[in-house]
Amino acid sequence: MDLFEYQARDVFEKHGVPVLAGAVATTPADARAAAEQIGQKSGGVTVVKAQVKTGGRGKAGGVKVAKTADEAEQYAEQILGMDIKGHTVKTVMIAQGARIAEEYYFSILLDRANRTYLAMCSKEGGMDIEQLAVERPEALARIAVDPNVGIDDAKADEIFDAAGFPDADRAALTDVMKKLWVVYRDEDATLVEVNPLVKTEDGAIVALDGKVSIDGNSEFRHPEHEAFVDHSKTDPLEVLAIEKGLNYVKLDGNVGIIGNGAGLVMSTLDVVAYAGEEFTGGAAKPANFLDIGGGANAEVMANGLDVIFEDAQVKAVFVNVFGGITACDAVANGIVQAYEILKGHGKDPKPLVVRLDGNNAELGRQILDEAGLPKLERVDTMDGAARRVAELAAAAS
Amino acid sequence: MAIFLTKDSKVIVQGMTGSEGMKHTTRMLASGTQVVGGVNPKKAGTSVTFPEGQEVPVFGTVKEAMDATGADVTVIFVPAPFTKSAAIEAIDAEIPLCVVITEGVAVRDTAEFYNYSLGKKTRIIGPNCPGLISPGQSNAGIIPADISGPGRIGLVSKSGTLTYQMMFELRDFGFSTGVGIGGDPIIGTSHIDCLEAFEADPDTDAIVMIGEIGGDAEERAAAYIKEHVTKPVVGYVAGFTAPEGKTMGHAGAIVSGSSGTAQAKKEALEAAGVKVGKTPSETAQLMREVMQGLAAKG
Repeated sequence: MDLFEYQARDVFEKHGVPVLAGAVATTPADARAAAEQIGQKSGGVTVVKAQVKTGGRGKAGGVKVAKTADEAEQYAEQILGMDIKGHTVKTVMIAQGARIAEEYYFSILLDRANRTYLAMCSKEGGMDIEQLAVERPEALARIAVDPNVGIDDAKADEIFDAAGFPDADRAALTDVMKKLWVVYRDEDATLVEVNPLVKTEDGAIVALDGKVSIDGNSEFRHPEHEAFVDHSKTDPLEVLAIEKGLNYVKLDGNVGIIGNGAGLVMSTLDVVAYAGEEFTGGAAKPANFLDIGGGANAEVMANGLDVIFEDAQVKAVFVNVFGGITACDAVANGIVQAYEILKGHGKDPKPLVVRLDGNNAELGRQILDEAGLPKLERVDTMDGAARRVAELAAAAS
Repeated sequence: MAIFLTKDSKVIVQGMTGSEGMKHTTRMLASGTQVVGGVNPKKAGTSVTFPEGQEVPVFGTVKEAMDATGADVTVIFVPAPFTKSAAIEAIDAEIPLCVVITEGVAVRDTAEFYNYSLGKKTRIIGPNCPGLISPGQSNAGIIPADISGPGRIGLVSKSGTLTYQMMFELRDFGFSTGVGIGGDPIIGTSHIDCLEAFEADPDTDAIVMIGEIGGDAEERAAAYIKEHVTKPVVGYVAGFTAPEGKTMGHAGAIVSGSSGTAQAKKEALEAAGVKVGKTPSETAQLMREVMQGLAAKG
């Protein structure tokens, strides 16, 4: 889960990382009130910053320096509601202005390849760090961090020296690095990035902009992270799926997909997309990702079909199950019961293509054949079923 | 032979007395695995009788179980909040192989217990994986044993159900060992570790490798294959048509130096001489041709 900048700022503050004063506003009037208060610390100057979980805010006009509270209100008016790379700005942060002398870069993140953590640091912050990494890799220090040791005094000195900072800033910068490590560890982050980490004209080190990603699997020790969940932008079908505890992602096509196991479902999306290209000239495409997991019981199957039938774009559905631990007869019974549950809800089924393979496949197929469910077709191979569902969806679109 | 797991492997189960542990221990026993003990400090000294009559003793610690039974493999089913301490206990007991099935383990916990295992005697597989099977010999985890029999293909995969799918498609040839390494951001045993072991295994003739979008494990595996693997490798990558998103953002891409897309992975593998299938069935067909070619050469 990615945090908004203002949430990252609050998390930094909680762990003693130096940050500037900031407050959030959702209306221009609130922005003005916040600017009046926060501007007192910086000669009336504040920065109005769009709160969106994407880069390139500045270029899009989502960050403005306001000299007065009047200006802050005007900028907030402009920025609220703005679309930045598909993200609508619903909140702005009013931040204290700062006189910047130097801009640095610092991050801690997972290093998947080496199965450890990595600290990255540069004297040249502020700019696009991906570009710096490509154009002048020597300017970006990369130091491995042992998860069981973290950034202690010695590691902070190592990072500081590798980045080539002037010695005068050692105490202040290594102190910030150690505090950001505590943020990373204690908040179960997978990314803590400060860009820019600035030195102000009066010599203070301040985290001016922060990006924090939190590991969703760490919920059990962080009930407080529930407050960071952003409920505002989710697709209504995704909300329905979340309510039913399903792993669902809405896509833009017309073939509903249900499968068991993330890898198999991803593979099913590919196979349907290929079949759509090859046999329907691109008229059939996957409408969603829906993984019902290892145990595909009747209720989960009914919930899954329920969500997919709600999607008006869906013209045909592909149920692709490989019986591993779950036997196919149980899955087939699940489909039969799902039809009954849906009938109870007064819903008409959409054309459904089912492919069952693996454990007890013969028995499962027999159950479906004997049930004689309306609009249901059975195809025994994944490729064949993908072709059939693509044809059905294209014909109905 | 086989890799990591053979007919002589003696398996214990941490979390055997929980519902998942009971269900899958029953299956492991049914497929002929030597399950010699369970670990649960609260039930130490008792034993569990399984449906086919096997009586499996429960020990208080991994160390006690190893001392009493000579166990050399542990399979962990304990819930995610307790997985790290279970793995640390297994590492401290110096068990050679620790298979972590539990899903939903915090990345920080995995990073800590994996790094703790370095320089010690324990190999970690997982977490969030189906485990591994050497068909006809032993089964440590949740891969259904009846999908495929023994043979001379080695399989390594991030995804559970695609492992089952591929083993099923190639059941006419069979497998030396199938390893589900798990798809979490940090995992104990990588594609490369398995490729190295399969290359060295005299009973493996060819290797099928299944990957997914995200990270750069497949690209790194490709580089390894080019340098070190002489046996034929067939690959499959899921997620060609998956939309972008759910990635770590800028900093992650810098580290990997790769876009992490299925296309990038396919190209990297093909450049290393790996035949890559577009679909699971095409991949199985490519492997079938490889095996037939090897048989023709004798």
